[in-house]
This record gives sequence, structure tokens and C-alpha cells, in this order.
Amino acid sequence: MYLSVRRSAAIVQRARHRAPGIRPVSVELCLAVFAATFSIPFFWLVTSSLKTYPQMIAYPIVWIPSPPILDHYVQTFQIVPFARYIGNTMIIALMTVVGAVFSNALTAYSLSRINWPLAKPLFALLLSTMMIPFPVLMIPQFLIFRNLGWLDTYLPLVVPAYFGYAFYTFLLRQFFLTIPVELSDAARMDGAGEFRIFWNVIAPLAKPALATIALFQFIGAWESFLPPLIYISSKDLYTVSLGLAMFRGEFTSEVGPMMAGSTVMIMPIVILFFLTQRTFIKGITLTGIKG
Amino acid sequence: MPDVLARLSASHFGRRRLTTFISGLLFAAPGIVGFLAFVAYPIVASLYYSFTSYAIVGRYRWVGLENYVTLLTLDPEFWNVLGNTTYFVALSVPLHIVVALLLALLLNSRVPGISVYRTLFYLPSVVPPVATAMLWLQVYHPTNGILNAILDVFGIVGPNWLGDRAWAKPALVVMSVWAGGALMLILLAGLQDVPQDLYDAADVDGAGWWPRFWNVTIPFVSPQLLFGLVTGLIGGFQYFTQVYVMTGGGPARATAVYAFYLWENAFQFLKMGYASAMAWILLVIVAVCTALVFGTLSRRVYYGGR
Repeated sequence: MYLSVRRSAAIVQRARHRAPGIRPVSVELCLAVFAATFSIPFFWLVTSSLKTYPQMIAYPIVWIPSPPILDHYVQTFQIVPFARYIGNTMIIALMTVVGAVFSNALTAYSLSRINWPLAKPLFALLLSTMMIPFPVLMIPQFLIFRNLGWLDTYLPLVVPAYFGYAFYTFLLRQFFLTIPVELSDAARMDGAGEFRIFWNVIAPLAKPALATIALFQFIGAWESFLPPLIYISSKDLYTVSLGLAMFRGEFTSEVGPMMAGSTVMIMPIVILFFLTQRTFIKGITLTGIKG
Repeated sequence: MPDVLARLSASHFGRRRLTTFISGLLFAAPGIVGFLAFVAYPIVASLYYSFTSYAIVGRYRWVGLENYVTLLTLDPEFWNVLGNTTYFVALSVPLHIVVALLLALLLNSRVPGISVYRTLFYLPSVVPPVATAMLWLQVYHPTNGILNAILDVFGIVGPNWLGDRAWAKPALVVMSVWAGGALMLILLAGLQDVPQDLYDAADVDGAGWWPRFWNVTIPFVSPQLLFGLVTGLIGGFQYFTQVYVMTGGGPARATAVYAFYLWENAFQFLKMGYASAMAWILLVIVAVCTALVFGTLSRRVYYGGR
């Protein structure tokens, strides 16, 4: 009885809760039109990767490959050592994930859960660095790493991740602030040091937020283009981004493998996105909350 | 005796404050070191480089304001890339915000299949930029592309989008709007926080669609809109990858954007000093733009929702 009352209340609520003044039918129509428009590039990518070359350049255009062929997927891995580049990028991505999670969690902890005089000004400072475009910092960073003899290694791509990134620090700080202060105080009463509170109390509670950072960082490293472009010159060390870009430089005519390669690069991200959609959307939404 | 006690507790208090300070500093150490090494130092260093002539090899030669003077008065390409970037930002940022808001409004209704639509609209923003560039190359291809094939159905002969001076920039703008799903999610979360009571009250007052939208919805998502504007501006000025992969700045430098020319100067022509001057001009432009946006809009942003 109680349940059904609640359910009907929910239905009433649902019926009332609508975007201001737009009728559902026109909403559905608009959504369908947008959905079709947004999927066109995906449709074209996948179908192109499955077409034979004559079908690809045929006029009138061939909408659906018949029969679909997988040759381009095989060729992608032959023209460019794609498997190797995937492995390279995985290594870089995982190494930066570890660094990003630890360095940002520690920094965010200091800025949100330790009551010291520099917490606020430091936070403001870090926040302001988010507005600095990478091209502004690119040349001195390049020269630092060159002077260290790190050019053409993964160090310039990996090491900065171990020194915080304002955007992630910001996200984690916002999350840490939502954990009641009393939890830390109780642990302090029990004589726990700051690191133990961080490790045993706060970090376990912040697992979802830490997972978000890990996810964002992994994807960021997977997609990164400009840093590998300026730091990596040996083809053996290329990342997926650089490998795929080779289809524009050296193998411009290989359109089929280029489409197959793009699909291969997108697939892990799409799968990851579907597996972690909740974490993902929560993280993105957290971004927009100003604190 | 009480004197001693007071002093003891004072020193105890001071010591505790000191321990807190030290642990604060230690925990923040990664962020502080990162800030100093990868942000603060590079900003100062690039200011110094911008007054020198430096070509990776050899030494820094102090040239005073020469780089700036050359950029602003003798280098037509500087004005070309600045114009192209302004065009790109001025078109893509507002369009991005409008489309994201429109999609968020549509998704905020209760029609079936919303989560599928939400995923679909968001998905393009997780596609790696290089892959985005590759797949849109194929969409825009003059003879084999799907866009011109669709136009062909309607009897329209489509242009060579990326090969045409007039169409190349709008083509890049459309692509960037397609990949802008993150703002849509942020706006959607904002819309879901709008109290239903306010819409009900507006209904009681007999307010139509537009007053409800303008007086209830917009104020509630104004922080998110401001966020979209600022991040859009900053992102727009850094636009690089798609240009590098798709057009190489062509045709006839029509898509050469600021970050692309900066990269060319630094890593193709090895004019590090010159590129650093470009970097500083970019920093000033971005700072002025964000200051203007915050200055004019932040007072009008409504934070009452939370």
C-alpha cells in the first residue's frame, strides 16, 4: 500500500517535471534529429573502415559496405606498428594514472582538510593556473626536459603527472570538502597522524573521486597529442596519437587503414566510457560546480 | 606559577600550529613543486626568452623588444593567425554553448530513451582529437565524403570543405561543436537542480515559455554558462591538434591558428625567442578575455541554487 502510494506520487512528479514548455512530441522529434546528426560521423567512420577501396571512392556513394571486409584492420597493424604504439601508450597512461592519483590526492588533502594558513591562497593560485594555455608553458618546459637529457624518452610525458594538475586537485578538493570534519577530528583524538587519517579515513571514502581522476587521466594520456609530438622523435616510441597521425603524413592514400586505425583508437575509450558511465558523468558534472 | 602554565600552553599551542603547518606543506608538496617547476618558472622563463633571439642551439642573445615589434608590425602571418583564431573562438564558443544548452534542455524532459540520447551526445567528446580529425576528414571529403553525398541527394553540389578558404574554418567550428558534450552534461546537472516550485509559481503567474526560460532556467544555470564561456575561450585559443592533422594550416593559411603558428615558430623554424613572445601575447590575450568575462558577467551570475 505504502509502496504504491509512493509510486503514484513519483509518477505524478514525473509528469510534472518537464523542460519549460516544450511538448514531449516535439522534444522527441528534436532529439531524434540531433541524434541522427551526431551519429553520422560515427556511422561513416565504421562503414568506411569496412569498405573495399573501389566502394570507398564510388559514385554514387556506397552507403553500406557490401560485403563488409576486415582487410583494413589487418593492414592498419601492418602499415604502422599499431600494436606497439598501443602498448607504448598503455605504459605511459598507466604510469601517469598512478602519479596523478597520488599527487593530486595529497595536494587536495592539504588544501581541504588541513587547517593551515596557506591552504586558501595556495588553492586560489592553483585554480588560476587552470587558465594558462599549454602553448604558453610549452617552450620552457621543453627546454627544461632537454637540459635534463630527457628528450625522446617518456619522462617528459610521465613525470609532470607526479606533481599535481590543478584541475584534478580542484575536483578532489571539492570532494574532500564534502566529508564531515568530525571524522578527521575523531581520528585525531585517537592519536592518528595526518598521513594515517589521509590513508585510512579519507582516501577510502574518496574512492569514487579517485577513480574519476584515474579515468580522466587515462583518457587524457591516451588522447594526448601535442606533448608526444614535441618530445618523441623515435618511431619505436610513438604513441597511438602519433601513429595515427602518420596516416596524414606518410600514408595519406591509405584511407581504409586510416579509418580502421581511428576505430581502433576510439574503441578502448568508448568501451571504457560504457563500463564507467556513472563515474564519468559524475566527474564531468562535478567540474561545473564552482567552490 | 600561572605564568609558567600560560607560557607552556602557549608554546604547546605554537608547536601544534607549527606541526599543522608542516604537514600542510608536506601534503601540498607535489602540487607546490609542480606549480613552481611546470608553471611559475616556465612563465617567467618564457618572458625572458621573449626578449632574446634563441634557436635551441647557441646562446640567448638579448634583443629587447625586437620580437614583439616584429610580430606586431612586420609579420603579416601573426595577424592572419590572430584573425583566424578570433574567428574560430567567436563562432565556436557561442555556438557550442547554445547547442549544449539546447541539448541539455531536451534531455531534461521526461521522454523515453533519455539515457541513450545522453550517451550519444556525450560520446563525441571522448573521441581522441586525432581520431576526430581523421573521421571528419572523411565526412568532409569532397568526393567520397558523406556530407556532400547527403547534399547530393538534395541536388546540391557541396564544396571541398577543408580545401576551400571560405568553408574550412566553419567546417572546423562544426566539428568542435560536435565534440562539446561535456558542457551539455554540466548544464544538464544544473537544470536538474532548478526547483520545480519555481516553474509551478511561474505557471500560476501565467508566464509563457520565454519568461520561464529567461527568468527561471537561465539564472539557475548561469554559473554553468559562465564556466562554459571561460573554458571555451581558453580552449579555443589553444586549438591545435585538428589543424595540425587535418589541414596543416591550409588552404592558403586559412586555418592556421595561433597555437599552430606558435608551434611552427618554436619547433619547425626553431625560433624559440620569437615563439615565446607569441606565448606571452597569448597569455595576455587570454588573461584580458577572462578578466573581461568575469568583470562583466560574474555579478550577474546567480549562485542561489546552492
